[in-house]
Amino acid sequence: MLSRVAESVYWISRYVERAENVARFIDVNYNLTLGEGAALQEQWAPLVSTTGDSKLFAELYGDSNRENVLQFLAYDDRNPNSILSCIKYARENARSIRETITAPMWQQINEFYLLVTSAAREGKSLAEPNEFCDAVKIASHTLLGLTYATMSHGEAWHFARMGRLMERADKTSRIVDVQYFILLPSAEDVGTSLDVVRWSALLRSASALAMYRRVHGRITPEEVAEFLVLDRDFPRSMHFCLIRAQDSLRSITDSQAGTFNCPSEKLMGRLRTELDYTSIDDVIHQGMHEYIDAFQTRLNQIGDAIHQDFFTVSKESTEAGRAQLKKTGPSSSTQPPSGARTA
Amino acid sequence: MDYLHRGYDEMFSSEGNPRAICQDFVERLRQTPEDELRTRQQAAELGLRNMGITFNVYGHEDGTEKVWPFDLLPRIIDSNEWAQIESGLRQRIHALNLFVDDVYNDQRILKAGVVPADMVLSAPTYRPQMVDFSPSQSVWCHISGVDLVRDQDGTIYVLEDNLRCPSGVSYVLENREVMKRAFARIFEGMSVTPIEQYPEYLLDTLLDCAPPQAGEPTAVVLTPGIYNSAYFEHTFLAQQMGVELVQGSDLLVDNGYVYMKTTRGLRRVDVIYRRIDDDFLDPECFNPESCLGVSGLVDAYRRGNVTLANAPGTGIADDKAIYSYVPAIIKYYLDEEPILANVPTHICSDEKQREHVLANLDKLVVKPTNESGGYGILMGPQATPAEREAYVDLIQSNPRNYIAQPMLQLSTVPTLVDDTMQARHVDLRPFVLCGKDIYVMPGGLTRVALVEGSMVVNSSQGGGSKDTWVLRDTNGHASPEFNDAG
Repeated sequence: MLSRVAESVYWISRYVERAENVARFIDVNYNLTLGEGAALQEQWAPLVSTTGDSKLFAELYGDSNRENVLQFLAYDDRNPNSILSCIKYARENARSIRETITAPMWQQINEFYLLVTSAAREGKSLAEPNEFCDAVKIASHTLLGLTYATMSHGEAWHFARMGRLMERADKTSRIVDVQYFILLPSAEDVGTSLDVVRWSALLRSASALAMYRRVHGRITPEEVAEFLVLDRDFPRSMHFCLIRAQDSLRSITDSQAGTFNCPSEKLMGRLRTELDYTSIDDVIHQGMHEYIDAFQTRLNQIGDAIHQDFFTVSKESTEAGRAQLKKTGPSSSTQPPSGARTA
Repeated sequence: MDYLHRGYDEMFSSEGNPRAICQDFVERLRQTPEDELRTRQQAAELGLRNMGITFNVYGHEDGTEKVWPFDLLPRIIDSNEWAQIESGLRQRIHALNLFVDDVYNDQRILKAGVVPADMVLSAPTYRPQMVDFSPSQSVWCHISGVDLVRDQDGTIYVLEDNLRCPSGVSYVLENREVMKRAFARIFEGMSVTPIEQYPEYLLDTLLDCAPPQAGEPTAVVLTPGIYNSAYFEHTFLAQQMGVELVQGSDLLVDNGYVYMKTTRGLRRVDVIYRRIDDDFLDPECFNPESCLGVSGLVDAYRRGNVTLANAPGTGIADDKAIYSYVPAIIKYYLDEEPILANVPTHICSDEKQREHVLANLDKLVVKPTNESGGYGILMGPQATPAEREAYVDLIQSNPRNYIAQPMLQLSTVPTLVDDTMQARHVDLRPFVLCGKDIYVMPGGLTRVALVEGSMVVNSSQGGGSKDTWVLRDTNGHASPEFNDAG
């Protein structure tokens, strides 16, 4: 398939997944602060750290009260990671490859866009954001289902799935990082205090509470971390995302298991294998924040390698296959039309 | 159902009397409650919005993307009349294709003095780069959209031949889809000639004209990108044909061959249905500023390694001054009488005709010879004296650039405006494919001027659209009577 089209498919999924995660963050934080007394109502700043936009937020708003944070995360098109921006970019990418995605997928992305833009335009009150957040999550999942059910599970589909999983791995790691930091400021504190409400909120933000209960029962910080970082079966855990992303990457390249033809496969394979053979004790020993920081760096390297390997093509690239694909300099003209592919 | 019209109406021969071919439809319409019409119109509009069927308007800051305007009431054409139009279109496209091929090669028609040589050679759409070249199958205008109008006496005229990148066919297909969904009960049981096969024929046409040495040719659609006014159509056609939609940056030329950049490296491209103008095709050959096109594309084309549809240089045949010679062109190449009428046209580069035009600006429509989309037109009778005065200067300073025609009174079709049926002027753009054979899509794009009395149907200027039915009469009505109905 065309490199540009592959790139757009990949980024549509990433943007939609990103929007969904922002909605999750908002939703859970809102529910959490509902039960808090006046003292704890200002628990909104961490949310901005979760999406990684603290600097921009400080420039645009300064004060991290609820209203500002919600506006910034949901409707502000100056924030490239707001729900509005993500869905705009997703739709713009979708428009540019409308011939590749299926009609139901396009229609869903378009309706998603109409939903978010009209909410933003009407300034639909964020006093009670649940309704909006639910709508965003459902729209995202509807697209996921339509993609699964109407698009051939070929190359484009695998690029879409890989994009979604890469994004999800990143977002889960961020939310674990930030919440862990709040709940347990130091790694040594693990096991010393337990705030069930907050830990279960962390699980809920990943829709993980019920599944966690089935696997681990009682809530302990180690097991919550283990579930979100290392569980092999839970679809929002970092490990799960890497397993499936690697699976898609191999389908794209036709590589045999345990082999690689290009840098992205090498990096992805290493990270996934490492997760295969990591226990939560290793993570806590290293320090949760340090561990996740390293994970995110490597995830970004994989993202860059994917760009180099598939989205940048020069005259030297022949049809003979990936092994001969020559690399040019840093990916230049191949950003998606929407720009702003911040990770 | 009160419906008033003046002049020629496509649905009613006189007040309350539907034309024979429209009787069934009008009967069904009469049985439909008015509020149902309204809800169905709304359903159609919502469908278009949700499906993202849009077009872009240049120069509008807020949301350049507009939802395609659609009117629920179809425009109906009798299949007997259509047969006549269809053969006229075949004849015309056949002759124009021969004309372009001749102009860039032997120039027999110029030597014979049938068309003045300097008029051809002075046209901005004449491409010296194409001299001594003939494309695969000698086809230049693979896809054409010929604009037809009906004057008040019932005569159908060709208003212009669009032989470069005519838009609109995707909307014809989508209008039909929307119509079937929103108005299924009325559609059911009508013998409407199907149009859904168009993408298949388009693909056939493109592949038929591939370079002969290409074994299993690969076709693509080349778009300027998402900000182009017809971007929706580009994606639609690529999707319907199952070919890649590429932008200039997706292609490169190496050693005289064209490739597209894929996730598995470079892949050969044999046929390009290009939806960008000649000027932007290749910065090495035409406009050096262009970043939409592909360097070296025209060289690869001239070597016969890739087919471009439509062929660069085809625009010479839809120059509006050349237009006035089309009847002569038909006679010259085919030795036939033109089946479709031409609008009488005054060519401003001719001194006598120019004087006549300047003296009668208040009665004429003045058009630039090389514009499309309804831009740069002076509607003499409706213009202010100051506007007419401006055109006097324009015409005198560049007479080659203008032609003038009498103001036609376009026919009307009932259209839903503020929940009532009102007469609005329409035109018709049928689409013609020319490959090994010529195929005319039944019907075409009916555009409607939504402003009362207006004759401007362009969607970029507030026009709407309708589904167009070429209808066979199945109820034993004597069809020929449509002829004297006007």
